Amino acid sequence: MTVTISEFFKESANWAFLAIAVPTLFAGWRTVTSNNIVRAVLYLVVSLGGTAGLFFMLGAEFVGWTVVLVYIGAVIILFLIGIMITRAPLGQEADLSHAMNVKAPAALLSTVVFGVITWAMIDAFGNNMIPPFEPTATSDLSLLLFDRFVIPFEVVSFVLLAALIGGIAIARQDEEVVS
Amino acid sequence: MLNQYYGDYLTVALFIAVGAILVGGAVGASKLLAPKNPGGFKDVAYESGIEPVGGGWNQSHIRYYIFALMFLIFDVEAVFIFPWAITLDAFQAAGRGVFILVEMFLFILILLSGLLYAIRKGVLKWE
Amino acid sequence: MTVFIEAAIKVAVAFVFIMLTTLVLVWAERKWVSDLQNRIGPDRAGPFGILQTLADGLKAFFKESIRPTQSIYLLYLVAPIAALIPALLIFLVIPIGAPIEIGGTTYTLQVMDLNIGLLYVLAVSSLAVYAITLAGWSSGSKYPLLGAVRASAQMISYEAAMGLALVPVVLLTSTTSIAGIVDAQQGTFGSFIPAWNIVLIPSFIIFLIAGFAETNRPPFDLVEAESEIVGYHTEYSGFAFALFFLAEYINVFNMSALTVTLFLGGWAGPVPSFLPTWIQWLVPVFWFLLKTWAFVFLFVWVRATLPRMRYDKLMTFGWKRLIPVSLAWIILCAVAIGFREFGAPWS
Repeated sequence: MTVTISEFFKESANWAFLAIAVPTLFAGWRTVTSNNIVRAVLYLVVSLGGTAGLFFMLGAEFVGWTVVLVYIGAVIILFLIGIMITRAPLGQEADLSHAMNVKAPAALLSTVVFGVITWAMIDAFGNNMIPPFEPTATSDLSLLLFDRFVIPFEVVSFVLLAALIGGIAIARQDEEVVS
Repeated sequence: MLNQYYGDYLTVALFIAVGAILVGGAVGASKLLAPKNPGGFKDVAYESGIEPVGGGWNQSHIRYYIFALMFLIFDVEAVFIFPWAITLDAFQAAGRGVFILVEMFLFILILLSGLLYAIRKGVLKWE
Repeated sequence: MTVFIEAAIKVAVAFVFIMLTTLVLVWAERKWVSDLQNRIGPDRAGPFGILQTLADGLKAFFKESIRPTQSIYLLYLVAPIAALIPALLIFLVIPIGAPIEIGGTTYTLQVMDLNIGLLYVLAVSSLAVYAITLAGWSSGSKYPLLGAVRASAQMISYEAAMGLALVPVVLLTSTTSIAGIVDAQQGTFGSFIPAWNIVLIPSFIIFLIAGFAETNRPPFDLVEAESEIVGYHTEYSGFAFALFFLAEYINVFNMSALTVTLFLGGWAGPVPSFLPTWIQWLVPVFWFLLKTWAFVFLFVWVRATLPRMRYDKLMTFGWKRLIPVSLAWIILCAVAIGFREFGAPWS
């Protein structure tokens, strides 16, 4: 099923989609090309905000607010504080090097990731249309999550625990007496 | 239902836009109307009255990283707990109350053990 | 198009309501604090000094705002706006009165009721950290950066506790919609005690403590402790500086309103009313405002009474007390609800 360009622009939902998707893409682009690491992180915030907006458009309220709460509200804050505990220059004139030997593998890796995700999406959904629109109820989501996906759910807790123990191992001072 | 849903999010978007424009406009208007007299020492970074030494951006202590990491973990936990709390009734009605309780208690206990480990290792302490 | 017009009207009404409330709130706080400290307080601008906030706002508006030489200027200007917007957004989900029926159509006195209102509240209030981090980082000065790192660590710590404190409320009401939570509190225990969520006393206390910390109010106001330390807004002046405080006062009102909505039955009154129908809709609004302003007064009272906490004590209190206690309380509540279903093992 194909849509011509004029048909695409007749649909008002597509305009809303473009209004969210274009800034998201631009912010993503600036995240990797920005010279200042804090600025790069702030562009990442805009990019994630756009992603959350796209989820709202799809009726996935819970996922959208989770992106805001966990990614924007916690992960990025972790990044920012992570940057501030290093000796990395934070000021205006701090330049990140964008040398070719860094750029090339990064470009390769992101192309591969993009390819895999796109392939998985097309493989899973193909040309399926979204059924008559209805915002997803959170209770439906949790009936699935805590029943069929209970093992991945428990594994998540171990992943988080591992991250915490890793962080503690870096941060603790060895000579200190444990109280 | 559909109109209601999009109407709500349209309201959020409109509210953000109007808020940003109004507040930004007020800041801009204040800039135009307020007196401008730059120069002297008032533009220099505040450092208890002496001239600033070195740059303005210093390194922070690593313990803040641990707090941010733990916040991330408990935030994720909250995101999982909310849908769990909504459907606890439904699972109990289906006769699977013990299953759903044990499932979440395991999850909570695993993360709580992480918090206890952090407390025992003394990374949350100030010396 | 009607959707758009409806949204525009709601936005306008909400703005006017918030701004008027803040205008009164700042004056009320100064009046109450001065009463508690045996001073007179503002009494020159207008009757009882009620126009004092307006006068102060105008003064800040016409003050020079200094541009620090080291600052990253665009972000430096964005930071106060970023502080204000999350504060305004939280108000959108708070119901200030019972739904009104006019000519067959029901209008809710709530800008919007999301299905996952609680998650929205948590998500939006987590955005407030950005304003502080941005302000501290873009000022290009040592004290603001230090203050910002401290403040953000404080806010995220207590936000975790706040999120966990709300879980028993969801367990009890089985919904995350704010209007749904208010509806679930309309019944009574026995025949006269209102069935408010305040029965979850540990949740209520943890939420209230976390609320004080989230709004950076005394006794947790370390980030702006005007008398001893310097905080994230050290380099700010003029109108931009005033905006940070505007955001703080809006947050105080929001936090009081949320406490009332989630734990004290929202707009529900403790006694039935006997007023004629045409004025009936005002009664829930009255109860809501009365309860909310009682909590606003609590904020002021605490400010006038308690000394400031030490930063290390503040952080260890959050992580070693509040969070373990709220997790244990969640487990206890969940088990109790299980008993309700199956009967206790000993019965």
